[in-house]
Amino acid sequence: MAQTIRQASGGPEGPIRERKKPLPYPLSLYQTAVGKKYVMALTGVGLLGFVVVHMIGNLHVYEGPAKMAEYAETLRTLGGGLVPRETVLWILRAGLIAMFGLHIHSAYTLKEMSRLSSPSAGFVAGNKKYAGGQEFIAANFASRTMRWTGPIIALYLVFHLADLTWGWVNPDFHHGDPHNNVIESLSNPGIAAIYVVANVALAIHIYHGAWSMFQSLGINNPKINQGRRHLAMGLAGLILVGNLSFPLLTATGVINDDDRECPPGDLVCLEEELLEKEGGHSE
Amino acid sequence: MSNTLNLTLKVWRQDGPNGAGRFESYEANGIADDASFLEMLDVVNERLIEDGQEPITFESDCREGICGTCGIMINGKAHGPQKGTATCQLHMRKFSDGDNITIEPWRAESFPILKDLAVDRSALDHIIEAGGYITVNTGGAPDANLIPVPKEAADMAFDAAACIGCGACVAACPNSAAQLFTSAKLQHMNLLPQGQPERWDRAENMVETMEMFFGSCTNHGECHEACPKEISLDFIAFLNRDYVKAKIKNRKLLGQN
Amino acid sequence: MIGELNSNVPEGDIEGLWTQHKFDMKLVNPANKRKFKVIVVGTGLAGASAAATMGELGYEVEAFTYHDSPRRAHSIAAQGGINGAKNYQNDGDSVYRLFYDTVKGGDFRSREANVYRLAEVSVNIIDQATAQGVPFARDYGGLLDNRSFGGAQVSRTFYARGQTGQQLLLGAYSALMRQVHEGTVALHTRKEMVDLIVKDDKACGIVVRDVITGKVTSHSAHAVVLATGGYGNVYYLSTNAMMCNVTAAWRAHRKGALFANPCYTQIHPTCIPASDEFQSKLTLMSESLRNDGRIWVPKSHDETRAAADIPEDERDYYLERKYPSFGNLVPRDVASRNAKTVVDEGRGVGELKNGVYLDFADAIARDGEDTIRAKYGNLFDMYERITGENPYQTPMRIYPATHYTMGGLWVDYNLMSNLPGLFAIGECNFSDHGANRLGASALMQGLADGYFVLPYTVGNYLAPLLGTDPVDTSDPVFTEAEAEVNEQNQRWLSINGTKSVDHYHRELGKLVWNYIGMERDKNGLEKAITEIAALEEEFLANVRVLGSADTLNQSLEKVQRVADFFELALLKARDALDREESAGGHFRTESQTEEGEAKRDDERFQHVAAWEWTGKGNDPVRHQEELTFDYVLPSQRSYK
Repeated sequence: MAQTIRQASGGPEGPIRERKKPLPYPLSLYQTAVGKKYVMALTGVGLLGFVVVHMIGNLHVYEGPAKMAEYAETLRTLGGGLVPRETVLWILRAGLIAMFGLHIHSAYTLKEMSRLSSPSAGFVAGNKKYAGGQEFIAANFASRTMRWTGPIIALYLVFHLADLTWGWVNPDFHHGDPHNNVIESLSNPGIAAIYVVANVALAIHIYHGAWSMFQSLGINNPKINQGRRHLAMGLAGLILVGNLSFPLLTATGVINDDDRECPPGDLVCLEEELLEKEGGHSE
Repeated sequence: MSNTLNLTLKVWRQDGPNGAGRFESYEANGIADDASFLEMLDVVNERLIEDGQEPITFESDCREGICGTCGIMINGKAHGPQKGTATCQLHMRKFSDGDNITIEPWRAESFPILKDLAVDRSALDHIIEAGGYITVNTGGAPDANLIPVPKEAADMAFDAAACIGCGACVAACPNSAAQLFTSAKLQHMNLLPQGQPERWDRAENMVETMEMFFGSCTNHGECHEACPKEISLDFIAFLNRDYVKAKIKNRKLLGQN
Repeated sequence: MIGELNSNVPEGDIEGLWTQHKFDMKLVNPANKRKFKVIVVGTGLAGASAAATMGELGYEVEAFTYHDSPRRAHSIAAQGGINGAKNYQNDGDSVYRLFYDTVKGGDFRSREANVYRLAEVSVNIIDQATAQGVPFARDYGGLLDNRSFGGAQVSRTFYARGQTGQQLLLGAYSALMRQVHEGTVALHTRKEMVDLIVKDDKACGIVVRDVITGKVTSHSAHAVVLATGGYGNVYYLSTNAMMCNVTAAWRAHRKGALFANPCYTQIHPTCIPASDEFQSKLTLMSESLRNDGRIWVPKSHDETRAAADIPEDERDYYLERKYPSFGNLVPRDVASRNAKTVVDEGRGVGELKNGVYLDFADAIARDGEDTIRAKYGNLFDMYERITGENPYQTPMRIYPATHYTMGGLWVDYNLMSNLPGLFAIGECNFSDHGANRLGASALMQGLADGYFVLPYTVGNYLAPLLGTDPVDTSDPVFTEAEAEVNEQNQRWLSINGTKSVDHYHRELGKLVWNYIGMERDKNGLEKAITEIAALEEEFLANVRVLGSADTLNQSLEKVQRVADFFELALLKARDALDREESAGGHFRTESQTEEGEAKRDDERFQHVAAWEWTGKGNDPVRHQEELTFDYVLPSQRSYK
């Protein structure tokens, strides 16, 4: 009978997409936009947690090469002697990769859904265009640029891995000596600029994402609603300040190699240096 | 007391559902600022008819902001510049002499333009048809006071029920999503005790029908700003929650909510 | 050709009448219901509730609306509330009291049996609506709240903030959409009924025009139900929606259905006055405002000060002065006429001196602004949006406007017109309100007819028709009517005169308002008949309708509605002229008490006037249905 109205009203021929045949739960959730947003929000929470922990961990760079190397080693030996070296790290990495994948896939498919729902869309950033211009009132820069900041972050991520994990683009990369690698990379103003731009994009992305995830997850309570904006602002600010400090302070020479005792990449030396310092402290 | 305005209108004209549209400019001189926006268009239309030109087609009915028939993009804002106000209740005193006003129809794939500023919004009816009701046959209702409804719940349900189905939320949404409309209609029922037996089916059916026609919500909040009844974004959060809960609950096995 | 009008009211004690009648009526077996097709035209409160309920019962229902969605019908605009004789407030209300009040409020021009039934089912409506999720106002215990409304001495009005109509319509609409989903109701949106088809003296179908494509099609059924609302827009300026019209009912009238009491029109006292010639409609401010607002005008004719600057002793609170016991809560017609009197005396307020003050200063001083805001906030906001004035600071300006029409298609106790198979429900019929309607009773009547009366009585008509098929739409009665509609549309488009449809509608409205408005007299009504006829002639020769018939063409939709309004206006004048008494919404200046109250003439006019169409240009024939009052004895109304 639904068809009766359609024909009777002389309206659109029908829905612009069919209702999907449900897959078994919980895959069925991911078949709809609301479910996808849920996945996007949950993966967003995970990724945000990663970004925050990552930023905090990186603060070790201020403690010099030896501490930084110890932090890196700690990550590899998470789980202690219970599991082979790097097992836990790889599990975490696998989780991150999965979250990134889902986050990006859901974003892309949702964008496509919106694009197809709006006719005259000049759509990359996801905003349909009124010929008379559209004046936005509530939508802010962050919300309207999620589909720009997202790809920027993804591209940056690849670069970042190539730079500091794999070392492909790092001029003097030494595995296990992140302090050296960071300075080698960020002392180049061009590279530092990339980091700055990317982290500004990241903060903007987090500003809308952290607020938006409450809505998507349906966490809504008059008691906390005001706090949601503040939390988003705080998280974005925290990431912005923390992550920008690395390139900016390296470029300006605050983070430097001047006190370095060991040659780059000499992990044994770095370990001894650490023991020495800690031994000194304990006396 | 009342002043007159001279305006330049840029109006979307389109001959029919399949025709290509175009903007045309009209001078609207000597418009009293006590006139409503639609009365201003009435005056322009009278003058067009006098000149032998077909009047601008636009829809309106009650002209008191409750039927939801009217709806125009005015200078890129759904229902124009005044917050919480449908086009028919917008008055010309909100404009200034010499203004240029761009007037366009709602735009969304599922709101095809019928002619000029009139669009087809029957997709919204399909969302209601999918579950926007409480199943109660005439005559089968118990005494109205048999089920007390906490005042807070009743008030909140009412806030949702105030939706007039004008489609401004879809028009204003950069994604052409209908989340605000659907969430208002869904939560009107889902917040009330009467609506509990069908709550999860309703959430699933209405949301999934909505997605057959409209885009995906990215929490911009434009819909709330455009809404003549200022429906809260909170209802969208409730919709998301109810939908996911509906999916999780294995109703068939448990036989309970 | 039409014999004596039989109201078909069964014999018996009024209290058990409807129950007995329900038992006596013929039933259609559940398995057979699907063999009957019923057309419902209009999907407002009455139409949507009737279509939904008949769908639930199992009939094959086709519902038609010219709107894009049933939710847009003008029932949606009712603000105040809906009466229900629940006596939840323990203040002495009862079915009998609601019945009594309604008969009395209708100034003894309604049919007692109908009114009693209305009061009786009012309680079911509240139950039904609540179960559907209509968010009526509640108190802190979670139970339903009531208020006193429109001069009632008991609190029996259920309300949903200032939008009871919208919420009740959404309830009926959701019930209707459920049936659309179930497949029992086929919903045809954007279809305007342009003709009723009668074959062998029975209504058997309709002709509709698709307003988007212009296509004219026919639909046949075993019965046709009109739920197409009132004809208030004959005044051009009214509180009705822009598209409200009389066309469906009028086309039925032209096909033989009697039109009853067209002169009864309710003028609502609290509307925002017109501000200029281009005004397209008048906006009603809920009557509930009179609970707290005080109505006054300056005593002096040439008052120029702002309201706040006029001292207390130079104000005339004329309603409180003239009607000490009811004060500002006198019935609508009394409040309206008194406003007209003071404005006609030149004591009106506002730039055009066309309104009276409705002042909340005392209420705000007494209860605080917050309390007033909680009660009327949305109405105050609406007022400010329209006028640009803040009613918390300056008094509102109000003036009466046409609001509701008590007249309509004549129907019997079963809501069937004199044409078998044609039913009329809601405002479109004349049945329950007599000469005047009580506040919060329109929603009640629409839903009573749709949910609880018609679905029973239609079965009584259909039962003997088992085994018959609806007339085929290829029958000449249909094809000829379709051709006539198409030809008429081409005629409209080919006149190519000089003035717009709206121009003529506006001019007609002025005549009707001036001569058949709040006060009528013989002289004026005779003038009205000649002037309306003259204007109609000009309209038919000089209207300009542009565009074509096969697209969305709003001028073409309007022109045929206005054409019907012209014919209706003539009948209205005629009815008002012949009814040489005052009753409720019909006030003849020749017939009033010394106090200026409407004075009935029960000897000569205690009847319904039902008019028969005899062809364009011919005098209509007046039929009478005598009214008897066995329970509520006619008395001169007095609100002193």
